[in-house]
Amino acid sequence: MPAPRIIARLDIKGPNVIKGIHLEGLRVIGNPGEMARAYYAQDVDEIIYMDTVASLYRRNSILDAVSEAARDVFVPITVGGGIRSVDDIVAALRSGADKVALNTAAIARPELIREAAEALGSQCIVLSVEAKTRGAGQWEALTDNGRERTGVDVLDWVTRAESLGAGEILVTSVDMEGTRKGFDHALLSAVRARVSIPVIGCGGAGRANHVIKAIEDDGLDAVACASLFHYDLCPLSELKQTLSAAGIQVRH
Amino acid sequence: MTLVIDYGRGNLFSLGEALRHVQADYEISGDPAKIVAANRIILPGVGAFGDAMQALGARGLVAPLKQAAERGIPILGICVGCQLLLDASEEFGPHQGLGLIPGTVTRLPAPSAGDPDMIRIPNVGWRRLDIRPGQPVLSALTAEPWVYFVHSFAPMVSDADHIAATIQVNGRAVPAAIQKGAMLGFQFHPEKSGPAGLKLLHEFVASTAAGLHQVGQGV
Repeated sequence: MPAPRIIARLDIKGPNVIKGIHLEGLRVIGNPGEMARAYYAQDVDEIIYMDTVASLYRRNSILDAVSEAARDVFVPITVGGGIRSVDDIVAALRSGADKVALNTAAIARPELIREAAEALGSQCIVLSVEAKTRGAGQWEALTDNGRERTGVDVLDWVTRAESLGAGEILVTSVDMEGTRKGFDHALLSAVRARVSIPVIGCGGAGRANHVIKAIEDDGLDAVACASLFHYDLCPLSELKQTLSAAGIQVRH
Repeated sequence: MTLVIDYGRGNLFSLGEALRHVQADYEISGDPAKIVAANRIILPGVGAFGDAMQALGARGLVAPLKQAAERGIPILGICVGCQLLLDASEEFGPHQGLGLIPGTVTRLPAPSAGDPDMIRIPNVGWRRLDIRPGQPVLSALTAEPWVYFVHSFAPMVSDADHIAATIQVNGRAVPAAIQKGAMLGFQFHPEKSGPAGLKLLHEFVASTAAGLHQVGQGV
């Protein structure tokens, strides 16, 4: 199989990288620029910056952090949280981001995905889905960093987003996020089966084996981890070595 | 001085920062007159081929670029900028390209269901280059040349001698870097390919037209 991407996800609140459980109960972890540079030095394949409060307070200070990181970090950077229009996307790309992750604004107005893909190309449009279990094989898409219900079915939504022109799907399990108990494999497999574009799994990784399972069993193209790296549960170099020993190609 | 062509397409922020990191003497501009004075040219680009070509035309950059190529000025095309060097593209087309390297930009081979090595399209991620021997810029990379791709189309050059490196996509060796004379094209993003990408940019800005020509003539 082609080498999966190992992505470090940095959730941002104001000037800090924070980490929660189920996207709540936030704890300050560090500085966004310093952490991105440290992960870059450890051969991270990609960085995701996710503004955890932007949708709520309608502000967008995260681009300063992106610009700072992009001066020294030469891997793809995705920025999400509070992006509401094509103009917001252009501003993010000008700040040094390569892709944007859309959630709340896309749920409110799905045509934003099409407009953004047509104006800037699908390659920079990532649909971010915050999925909450609502029964066996069913998940609801939440918005505003897991705070708001939408009634939208996750599997229907990712299918529609692909047809509107999304280039990748980032799917975060709100149920598993921050728990370190492993990914929601039923969710990831179900999303994988619904779309043909790359899928990034997120939420719950606490050990290297969780990542191996997501890649081998769920067929994911990429995983995004936070606790795993932030708390040194399994540093990047160790993760890549473990994947390699399991026969999974990694970039090094 | 290395000129980065600004025609409203591409992540010029990252490319500029990458060039700054390798201590290149560079300028980012969309002024056709600057092309005449440039020692080296980088043509970036993202998005769709037809749209990019139209943007180049609207800014009066097509003729100066062709003239620079005729004069043997080293040109590095990146991503869609690499594709623009070819004759044409089938993306939402056909669309005509700069016609500097013979070939057509075509869709990547589709994956077959159940193939364990399948690459989904768009091809997003890090792939390992198979580099042809004797490449002046690419040969600077070490044994494991991993670089970052995000594309659905590939520069299918007509003459196999113009292939500088390939990647495996769904059972086929697809051109990932192309070269003819002093012209070089990377389908991947060197400015997003970590230390390996920075090394390639350094090699390009440190290279000479003669050095690039040599390989193009198969010496």
